[in-house]
Amino acid sequence: MIGWKDIPPGMVILEAGSASKIKTGSWRAAYRPKWIEENCIQCLLCWLFCPDNSVKVKDGKRGEFDYDYCKGCGICALECPGKKGNKAIVMEEEVK
Amino acid sequence: MATPLNLKELSKQEVRFTAGHRMCAGCAAPIVVKMVLLAACDYSVVVASSTGCLEVSSCISTYTAWKVPWIHNAFENAAATLSGVETMYKALKKRGKIDKDIKFIAICGDGGTYDIGFQSLSGAMERGHDMLYICYDNGAYMNTGIQRSSATPTFADTTTCPAGAVIPGKPQQRKDLTRIMAAHGLPYVAQASPSHWPDLMKKVRKAIEIQGPKFINIFTPCNRGWRSRNDDAILLSRLAVETCFWPLYEVEDGVTRITVKPKDKKPLIEFLKAQGRFKHLFEPGKEKMIEHLQEMIDKNWESLLKEEEMTLPKEEGNK
Amino acid sequence: MTKVVAVTGNEAVANAFRQIEPDVCAAYPITPQTELMQRFAAFVSNGQVRTEMILVESEHSALSACVGAAAAGGRVATATSSQGLALMWEILFIASGLRLPIVMPVVNRALSAPINIHCDHSDAMGARDSGWIQLWSENAQEAYDNTIQAFRIAEDMNIRLPVMICYDGFIISHSIERIEYLDDDVVKNFVGEYKPLYPLLDVENPKSYGPLILTDLYHEVRKAHSEVYKKVPKVVIEVAKEFEKISGRKYELFENYRLDDAEIGIVILNSAAGTTKDLIDEYRDRGVKVGLLKPRLYRPFPYEEVGNALKNLKVLCVLDRADAFGGSFGPLYLDIAASLCNFSQKPILINRIYGLGGRDFMPEHAAEVIEELKDIAKTGKITKLKEYIGVRE
Repeated sequence: MIGWKDIPPGMVILEAGSASKIKTGSWRAAYRPKWIEENCIQCLLCWLFCPDNSVKVKDGKRGEFDYDYCKGCGICALECPGKKGNKAIVMEEEVK
Repeated sequence: MATPLNLKELSKQEVRFTAGHRMCAGCAAPIVVKMVLLAACDYSVVVASSTGCLEVSSCISTYTAWKVPWIHNAFENAAATLSGVETMYKALKKRGKIDKDIKFIAICGDGGTYDIGFQSLSGAMERGHDMLYICYDNGAYMNTGIQRSSATPTFADTTTCPAGAVIPGKPQQRKDLTRIMAAHGLPYVAQASPSHWPDLMKKVRKAIEIQGPKFINIFTPCNRGWRSRNDDAILLSRLAVETCFWPLYEVEDGVTRITVKPKDKKPLIEFLKAQGRFKHLFEPGKEKMIEHLQEMIDKNWESLLKEEEMTLPKEEGNK
Repeated sequence: MTKVVAVTGNEAVANAFRQIEPDVCAAYPITPQTELMQRFAAFVSNGQVRTEMILVESEHSALSACVGAAAAGGRVATATSSQGLALMWEILFIASGLRLPIVMPVVNRALSAPINIHCDHSDAMGARDSGWIQLWSENAQEAYDNTIQAFRIAEDMNIRLPVMICYDGFIISHSIERIEYLDDDVVKNFVGEYKPLYPLLDVENPKSYGPLILTDLYHEVRKAHSEVYKKVPKVVIEVAKEFEKISGRKYELFENYRLDDAEIGIVILNSAAGTTKDLIDEYRDRGVKVGLLKPRLYRPFPYEEVGNALKNLKVLCVLDRADAFGGSFGPLYLDIAASLCNFSQKPILINRIYGLGGRDFMPEHAAEVIEELKDIAKTGKITKLKEYIGVRE
């Protein structure tokens, strides 16, 4: 923690996006989302609906979850349309 | 060229609101912020927020989730604050000290918008500043612990109007702020919902490209305050639209357009039953209260349809 | 080259604003400030300045808009009085906490209830601990001069704090006096180009203004803030010295009027100091060793310097144009008492409240105080520590 001599004038934060240092993944209590690639139609709704930017997407294709930030809310799993009735995201018990 | 509003293209854009913010799990507000900033991805923006959940959770200590310039002043003055930022932009442009094009967006909760910030909002809109004011409406003072606001729906249980033996939740009807903002004669006013994200993003993009003061009210579920599930923010916002609790429409230059018309209008009860804040309405003997709410929703929906019919140019209405 | 004119205090300050040409000014009418911003608005309407005005719907929004505009990265001013300042109260602390160099003339007026539009100092005194620098002004010339200096003080890179320029409602704001105006170029050069610190409009380097600071850091943030005020008096003096070079008018942290060999002293702010000085001259002619201290930099208060200037007096009356209700003394008295409390040698102190709600402070009131001080100096006995003067029974 910084001492008073290091406080910037007006406590203005100069480092944009510095909150990414806070790993909110530790908030997950019981469940974490699991991606089942074979059921994924790459609709990217999980990416859009994730409140914590925890769905990694590269070149328009989704990749793994970013468990550093995922709070385990489950919106992605609920909203996942899946393939032929099979979800591409399911919530599974958190491994501690 | 403008970035197309499809997810493949949008996912290549930087999300200018980082993870590591401290909003509750499953909160819809960061989803709304993300959608708004993505819709504005082609522009440099400055954002102002009033005191509230989003503000305290996005910028704490030396950690900010914002990757755009952002300012928080107080609870009731985001609109006035941003009007100052926007006016300085105009002044510095006039003096040739700045050449960039910058857009100005306020993102504030319903307490800071409908209630304590109402005067500041009304004043800024009347003065005609070039800014987009977005209200993320979760229907109560969630940051202080779920107290009723003028955006709280009728009969909802909150900590300051708890459903009790004598008073059945909030006795009054919601303030229809979107209509009030439309009555300011603004060039653009709309209601949106994150469930209908293409509609939401189109509205934000349209608003941002219009010069002058704009207002968009965005439905923003709060699972802590509504006592619903952690995963149902999008589900509930979809139900709000499908039951016509939260009609999606825009008012542009005096023309009202309903942008999403539910194919089958669902009974309000489907929206209500998913939320603990309406649980008391399902006790025996309270049937009339749900009927009353349904009547209110029907009446509002009918009057919106009528308004659309009256204001929409014939050729467009006949489509 | 200076120009001598006969104008009101408000007109003089509006002219200072015209010469300085802030980037953004917010304005909301309130008596007796109204005339100031309406005169300035005419300069804007007539294209004499390029300032952008924000004609807000309340003083709360006026200062809120100033906070946004200052954070955006340019020169900002507004003005107010009385209830308007009271309505701004919440944002006063934010403007100072965010270190925004906003300049605001406060045309002093009484506070409600009962409503009253005339002068006293309750408004600015109520805001004295909000973290704004306060410069108090005896007359229109000082209000004009202080306004010009205020921008330099506020915008100093080591300071970056908002400044209030206080002058008496109606007595100064609406009375026509002889004023020496500096040339426009001279004022512009003196104030200089605005240098932004952390401008919000620098979109390439996004900053966040106004974070939530909890128990783990708030104490440090406040300590850091408190330290800034220690640097203010030095900057005020430096700016005053430079100002003297362009104007020939000398300013210090406070005015010491015939105080050096005095036995009897009076401390008084703003316009009533002028009346009192006349009486002091009369008493001096009669051999009474009386002097006056008129604070200029009231916040941050130069306790040590004031204490040293007053400690050798035998007896001292602090005249407050504001009461502090609830059994306390007037605000100025408390600061003077604090300035003296650690000196082993110090005068006997009394506090007199005068001129509330625009009640005239007449020469006979000053004489009454000096007579009472003479008695106390002779007998060592105080009848009342705090009392109103010029009040009907």
